[in-house]
Amino acid sequence: MTAPLIDLAGLSRHFALSSGLNTRFRKGGAKVVRAVDSVDIEIARGETFGLVGESGCGKSTVARLAVGLMRPTEGAVRFDRVDLASAGRRDLAALRRRIQMVFQDPYSSMNARWRIREIIAEPLRTLNLCSSPAEMDRRIDELLTLVGLSPADKRKYPHEFSGGQRQRISIARALSTNPEFLVCDEPTSALDVSVQSQILNLMKDLQAEFDLTFLFISHNLAVISHMADRVGVMYLGRIVEQAPAQRLFSAPRHPYTKLLLETVPDLNRIGYTRKPMSGEVPNPINPPSGCPFHPRCAFANDRCKQERPSIRADGQGTLVACHGVQEGRI
Amino acid sequence: MHDGPILQVENLRIEIPTRHRTLVAVDDVSFELARGEVLGVVGESGAGKSLTGAAIIGLLRPPGRIAGGRIWIDGKRVDNLSQAEMRKVRGRIAGAIFQDPMTSLNPLFTVGQQLVETIRTHLDMSRAEARARALSLLAEVGIPAPEQRLDQYPHQFSGGMRQRVVIALALCANPKLIIADEPTTALDVSIQAQIIALLKRLCHEHGTAVVLVTHDMGVIAETADRVAVMYTGRIAELGPVAEVVRAPRHPYTAGLMASIPAIGETRDRLYQIDGSMPRLTNIPQGCPFNPRCPAVFDRCRRERPETVDLGGHRVACWKHGEQEA
Ligand SMILES: Nc1ncnc2c1ncn2[C@@H]1O[C@H](COP(=O)(O)OP(=O)(O)OP(=O)(O)O)[C@@H](O)[C@H]1O
Ligand SMILES: Nc1ncnc2c1ncn2[C@@H]1O[C@H](COP(=O)(O)OP(=O)(O)OP(=O)(O)O)[C@@H](O)[C@H]1O
Ligand code: SF4
Ligand SMILES: [Mg+2]
Ligand SMILES: [Mg+2]
Repeated sequence: MTAPLIDLAGLSRHFALSSGLNTRFRKGGAKVVRAVDSVDIEIARGETFGLVGESGCGKSTVARLAVGLMRPTEGAVRFDRVDLASAGRRDLAALRRRIQMVFQDPYSSMNARWRIREIIAEPLRTLNLCSSPAEMDRRIDELLTLVGLSPADKRKYPHEFSGGQRQRISIARALSTNPEFLVCDEPTSALDVSVQSQILNLMKDLQAEFDLTFLFISHNLAVISHMADRVGVMYLGRIVEQAPAQRLFSAPRHPYTKLLLETVPDLNRIGYTRKPMSGEVPNPINPPSGCPFHPRCAFANDRCKQERPSIRADGQGTLVACHGVQEGRI
Repeated sequence: MHDGPILQVENLRIEIPTRHRTLVAVDDVSFELARGEVLGVVGESGAGKSLTGAAIIGLLRPPGRIAGGRIWIDGKRVDNLSQAEMRKVRGRIAGAIFQDPMTSLNPLFTVGQQLVETIRTHLDMSRAEARARALSLLAEVGIPAPEQRLDQYPHQFSGGMRQRVVIALALCANPKLIIADEPTTALDVSIQAQIIALLKRLCHEHGTAVVLVTHDMGVIAETADRVAVMYTGRIAELGPVAEVVRAPRHPYTAGLMASIPAIGETRDRLYQIDGSMPRLTNIPQGCPFNPRCPAVFDRCRRERPETVDLGGHRVACWKHGEQEA
């Protein structure tokens, strides 16, 4: 088997809670939030890996780690076999060109006082990818056309565009460096469904044209089902289930995945009253002992309350972190 | 007691005067709502959903103003009431729930103080009675250990619990109508399902009518009895939920439905409505959807479509107007 293009290995990122007075005097150091905790993800070239989970489970932190915007507390991010943390300055500059990111809110990720030309040119300038202003202009025109805008748009400002058009602009900017790997953090979550379908179609077209590899993050299960080849479900910083998309959505194994699928409102179930999942998403500052899902799980036993399940293959293509599944109870 | 519709909106028009011109943000919107009925309101950002909801309960913010039409809640004309009179209607007959629970909560007072205050404004109750009612309301909306929660501040609640408190506040005086504008948009899916289940139960048990504004067609499908689809401030289509979802009549609705991804489907590409909804400053002549419409013909570019009633299912589209004529 060929090595994956992206290899997130045993990745963890902890945040220290703000050091107020009480932490300064407390023995044993400040409390930490384990925003990302021992996550393993491999993504092959040309593949789309979907990451799904509820607010605060650590999706954006994984995204920032994967593009090197943030350093892991433990573990490694390897791109094409090179560890981002140990890469030399030259290697890093080369890697930066090959990895780009698209954010949820295109507006706040753009400088409102820049024209579209400057916004798209920024990565090209920083990485010194165009030899002349004329070449830069040509490249910008090409990129704008590629994402369904027109070269004339480069003289406008972000506020002159709708949300969907702004997302096209940020995709053009991300593509400017000819990247191989695109991390998309909720790229359509702020958009209307009709605009979302335009952007999702565009992303699939671009992927086919340039053989792009995606880490695609969303809290919307239907969007993940549409886009991803393989899916990881996160809960409180950990991946609790990982499987090929088709299998994850047709035969979910983890009790959390099952409940999550059961709570998604469905266009085809008119008048249906679902039984909602009980309880709240637990506080990551004080995560439950044992399996982090046990307080909301109907299958939890004493072992679940004490011992944290590790993620294991179920022999049918799914990785799942659940004692119940591993003991054959579920 | 009035036994007609709980809510009647007739030819509502909302204008926003700006420096250059007056924008028409909501135009000729009409619908009725029966006791215990849920009307879903969908449409893209800027379609006029929130303005319509705000106008109904008298919370339209200037410079926006009602420039035409009439509104009745429980048989009482409300569009011409003074602020003070409207405040009485709000709370007693009609309540509101917004996307951000903190727009309805005061961070400086405990949840109990806010509930008691609201109850006593609208109902003739002693402090002790009001507190007892506050307790039972918190229990009804599913807050665990309400006795302890009553004396806590909003910041001590999670987002989903805050939204439950807002629902409890809206229910203080047993209103007949609730305007819920994106009540679950800011919440996690697992919490969203809890809030929707709660709203549905309230409609069934108390006969409260609900105008539910949301982007989520799945939520609408499971919750609403009828759906209004808005586009550029107008109702493009309004009908029973099963018909609008499964057999939409307006080309815009049909496109909208086909552009929604579903879990487990095998489509490689989603249907796509090209272009975007025009801004209020350049709504095209004729049918506002005509530049994007796959079924467009001459008349659509010239004349604005009249609303035709296809048996309890209204559509503003010449495709159907022609047939009827
Ligand atoms: N810079 C930071 N400092 C401290 N805590 C942080 C920081 N960034 C994230 N966290 C915490 O880490 C956890 C994971 O956050 P993250 O933003 O990765 O979640 P998410 O899954 O992207 O959520 P959402 O769906 O809301 O975007 C949260 O508890 C968050 O509060
Ligand atoms: N004070 C204002 N000044 C100018 N335009 C306004 C003002 N308030 C609202 N509008 C415009 O009126 C239109 C309708 O707004 P409304 O908030 O009702 O939309 P909506 O359907 O609720 O959208 P969303 O889904 O984004 O909440 C929008 O085009 C909006 O820009
Ligand atoms: S490990 Fe136990 S508590 Fe966790 S999901 Fe599985 S059965 Fe439920
Ligand atoms: Mg995030
Ligand atoms: Mg709105």
